[in-house]
Amino acid sequence: MADQAVAAGEAVDLTRRKFLTRATIAAGAVGAAFVAVPFIESWAPSERARAQGAPTELDLSKLEAGQMTTTVWRRSPIYVVRRTPDMVARIGGHDAELKDPASEQSDQPAYAKNPQRSRSAEFLVLVGTCTHLGCLPKQRFSAGELYPSWPGGFFCPCHGSRFDLAGRVFAGSPASINLRVPPYYYPQPTTLVVGLDEKGVA
Amino acid sequence: MAAPEGAPGTIPARVPPEQPGFWGWLNRRLPVEGFIQDQLTGYYAPKNFNIWYFFGSLALVVLVVQLLTGIFLTMFYKVGELTSFDSVEYIMREVDYGWLIRYLHSTGASAFFIVVYLHMFRAFLYGSYRKPRELLWLFGMAVYLALMAEAFMGYVLPWGNMSFWGAQVIVNLFGTIPGIGPGLVEWIRGDYGIADATLNRFFALHVVALPLALLLLVALHLVALRQTGSNNPDGIEIKDQPGPDGKPLDGIPFHPYYTVKDVFGIGVFFVLFAIVVFFVPTLGGLFLETPNFDPANAMSTPEHIAPVWYFTPFYAILRAVPDQRMGALLMLLAVVAFLFVPWLDHSPVKSIRYKGWMSRLALALFAVSFVALGYLGLQPAEGLYVVLARIFAAIYFGFFILMPVYTKLEICRPVPQRVTYHAH
Repeated sequence: MADQAVAAGEAVDLTRRKFLTRATIAAGAVGAAFVAVPFIESWAPSERARAQGAPTELDLSKLEAGQMTTTVWRRSPIYVVRRTPDMVARIGGHDAELKDPASEQSDQPAYAKNPQRSRSAEFLVLVGTCTHLGCLPKQRFSAGELYPSWPGGFFCPCHGSRFDLAGRVFAGSPASINLRVPPYYYPQPTTLVVGLDEKGVA
Repeated sequence: MAAPEGAPGTIPARVPPEQPGFWGWLNRRLPVEGFIQDQLTGYYAPKNFNIWYFFGSLALVVLVVQLLTGIFLTMFYKVGELTSFDSVEYIMREVDYGWLIRYLHSTGASAFFIVVYLHMFRAFLYGSYRKPRELLWLFGMAVYLALMAEAFMGYVLPWGNMSFWGAQVIVNLFGTIPGIGPGLVEWIRGDYGIADATLNRFFALHVVALPLALLLLVALHLVALRQTGSNNPDGIEIKDQPGPDGKPLDGIPFHPYYTVKDVFGIGVFFVLFAIVVFFVPTLGGLFLETPNFDPANAMSTPEHIAPVWYFTPFYAILRAVPDQRMGALLMLLAVVAFLFVPWLDHSPVKSIRYKGWMSRLALALFAVSFVALGYLGLQPAEGLYVVLARIFAAIYFGFFILMPVYTKLEICRPVPQRVTYHAH
């Protein structure tokens, strides 16, 4: 067709040809973007990974006051601390040294957005990975264990982040926000379920 | 887009009539002779290359070593969170010469960075990134970035505890990106933590995708080099001084002159390489870190997490900043800064030989700060180490930020017309 048109002496409409070329390229690019979707989506956590990330249950009756136990939820260690009244008392009094004392910038469910960062003062439930780069902070619960004014808390050995007994980060740490609190609830007074609360599965 | 015949820009068919014999038969069908002529015997390189010009060809040699040993390691390695660590131990203990193949590969990784860093320092010395070699430099930087990704993912594969925690720290760096960070991290890992899915995809990238990208980028780097020709220690263009035959007066054919030189360099390199492989394969924890001889354990962080030495300058910068987002950003900038060097250097001359004292001092301080940051990145992030890391990080960035100023301010020496060369 085109050849006949040229043979007949008609001018070639280059504008139209360029428009068609560009339209074809644009259509192809849109197609390529759609084809990319399954490849990109394939990297998301698989059904199996999601199933293994289901809520996890923990019996609290064996946990002594002042002790910590660790469970696993979604491949992260979950720290559960049964705080003594003394430990609860040591949460207050150093708000000025904290980066985010009221947990405004931090990541926790609404029921943990309080000074103790927990549903009840007794039990502290935290995701045990440093909010800096994911190392495991170690327990340093005794007062004065790191330095004289240390009120007790967690210390990350990787890059030196420090957190108090509510998981709130001290100024001067490379971590910017407090330790995360996972969604959790108590179906019975001594049973903890991590990964599930009134809002449903996290 | 076929141009009319005989129009300027058309390439005349350069197929010679078939010569007798197998060689003639081959060359009628494949331009072997033409290629050798164009790329080796007819390619003129400056005659004043010095020791700094070994490292480009050495990088190519190390790439071949890595490909060869990597292919053989893949024959015995079994990817998976339950099998990776054991299969590496199997290679080390039970596969005949498996230990040698693995140590060649692990030493090759460090050797790659040594020669690439020296190769890059050469470019800083003689202004090899300057016009018209900006794109050559950018392709080189792309090779370097691909190499960093390749090395990082390769380090995860043995699934030792440092593999695991190194992956944890590095992948979490993406979590500092505002908004999309947490979702992006989950997408990279393919799970809620570093897991089998992460290991498996890193394996795919390490053995297929990134080596292909590396080969493509190295090819582009070499094509760009052939287009501009090599720079030299005097930083002047030998093409500007052609002889009566049209060849550069200061050029010599790449083959045999530089092929012989490079073969000698490769010989020396392999002696040093073999000493490491056979006598100190871990180099005291520098090339292979001690915690990596423990299997990956998501419930136990090593006391000090440090990457392998070639990443520690950037790691030191990351840790020097008391804010995680700022730290990650500065770390990224420390790498990206290299990309802008061709446009930051405003000096009228290319080579350090003719630059003034300010450029010399700046480059010396930069080299010292890079090495110092590399040392500090291996140390715990506390006390004096952090203070020093901040000072050297400031010098590091000062080198780049002030480059347009000091290269403009200083008085340079006159540049000769011909290269400086003394016959041996």
